[in-house]
Amino acid sequence: MSAPRNVALVDHFAEGLDAPICITWELTYACNLACEHCLSSSGRRDPRELTTAEAKAVIDELAEMQVFYVNIGGGEPTIRPDFWELLDHAAERRVGVKFSTNGSRITPEAAARLAASDYVDVQISLDGATAEVNDAVRGEGTFATAIQAMEHLAAAGFAGFKVSVVCTRTNAHQLDELKAIADRYGAQLRLTRLRPSGRGADVWDELHPTAEQQRQIYEWLLRHGEDVLTGDSFFHLAAYGDPLPGLNLCGAGRVVCLIDPVGDVYACPFTIHDEFLAGNVRDPGGFAGVWRTSELFLDLRRPQSGGACESCSAWDACRGGCMAAKFFTGLPLDGPDPECVKGHGEAALAAVAAQGVEAPRPSVDHSKPQRTPVTIRTRPDRSCDESPLAGLDLSAHHPTPAGAP
Amino acid sequence: MTEPTSVLDRRLELAAQVSVRPERFGALLYHFGTRRLSFLKDPRLLAVVQALPDAGTPRAACEQVGVEPGSLRAFEAALARLLDTGMLQEVAA
Amino acid sequence: MADVMTTDAPTTDEAVEETDELLEADLLVEDVSIDGMCGVY
Repeated sequence: MSAPRNVALVDHFAEGLDAPICITWELTYACNLACEHCLSSSGRRDPRELTTAEAKAVIDELAEMQVFYVNIGGGEPTIRPDFWELLDHAAERRVGVKFSTNGSRITPEAAARLAASDYVDVQISLDGATAEVNDAVRGEGTFATAIQAMEHLAAAGFAGFKVSVVCTRTNAHQLDELKAIADRYGAQLRLTRLRPSGRGADVWDELHPTAEQQRQIYEWLLRHGEDVLTGDSFFHLAAYGDPLPGLNLCGAGRVVCLIDPVGDVYACPFTIHDEFLAGNVRDPGGFAGVWRTSELFLDLRRPQSGGACESCSAWDACRGGCMAAKFFTGLPLDGPDPECVKGHGEAALAAVAAQGVEAPRPSVDHSKPQRTPVTIRTRPDRSCDESPLAGLDLSAHHPTPAGAP
Repeated sequence: MTEPTSVLDRRLELAAQVSVRPERFGALLYHFGTRRLSFLKDPRLLAVVQALPDAGTPRAACEQVGVEPGSLRAFEAALARLLDTGMLQEVAA
Repeated sequence: MADVMTTDAPTTDEAVEETDELLEADLLVEDVSIDGMCGVY
């Protein structure tokens, strides 16, 4: 039975690890795309971005701390001019890197270079098995771009790169097809949970899987076992019964954290908000100082109150679910996950709505100008001020063209 | 009946692609090739792994580290698991 | 030191002891994919 073993691990982590096991590092807020659900609200470069020297110093610190793995993302990390230089620096220091990309810069040359490295893994983002479904969320032409990147990687002999999908209402029926795409290119499929983080807050109501779909996703994942990765993002589904592979616990501030493009350290990439800001790598103690001494992280490493959830039969399995999902839907952290498999989340959301409580907005937003509500009000067919997608048929959606500054 | 050689008596070493990180509870081992992470939940187990180059076999390493005989089976199973997952490998002849 | 293998059927006490030891051994090492940490891209 895996639950008791995981409880033992949590106990160990409660004392705090001297270093994360792995981290996410968003290299830049700049992006050539404008995906609807972007967890980091990316689009425009922040002028305070870490310099190349500062970035190398971060890598040196991670190496010193023996962080095993850095998951590099953004925005689109490959559009930073020093991207390749930083990859090489990490490899030299024996820090593993997996970078997440929309594929637009994975040329045959880039693919060959990547295939030759033992320390670099690539993750191509894809949110649909067809252009119709994918491009509605990620933008026109993005499906083709992603497939081309996969072709280049496969042709270069890069076996086992990742194809990472955010599960949504619109792609939940395409899991077999998505697996087939990954298989075709010798890649490994990764399915992850949509959180109401960043721009995801704006589309969560329309895009998060229905309860029925959630069950189907869970069962599909169980059938595929370790073949399909999840980034442990579905640990709240352990409440259904058998847990999925992974630690099955919230790693934020305990075994993982986020470093953002300006050096801010957050609990995780889904909690880019002042409430979960631990410090900055430019602080005197550097990243290590933040990891080891920040009040936020010390607090997260103490036993968390589950409130009413603690008396639920599934408590040991789900531990109240995802902090980010609760925070950005306006739910209290010591209560059910909005997608609680027993339905307690729906009740909690209704209560919050009845009270007129507003969910927190991201503190940090680097979205391109076209995404702000001001634009929405000038369009009669988007007059609803609750969501820019209200009443919109996603399959006919033509988002902002890529490449806009 | 020939009994297979116990893992305790084989010449084992850490695989080259493994990174070892000591922890208060024992250690973390990460294998860059398999991308698997192993949690060693006993500091003595880490000590045994670290003593392998010197001691040669796990049995000798256990003795060197001072693992009491009653715990040997537990260590044997743990080492077999590490061999299974590629964290440890047989030393080339 | 207990015999690793025995051709005799274990007594109830031995069986319980063996099971306990195996469970304990199961707990000395645990492995997971590096992808199995929540809070990562």
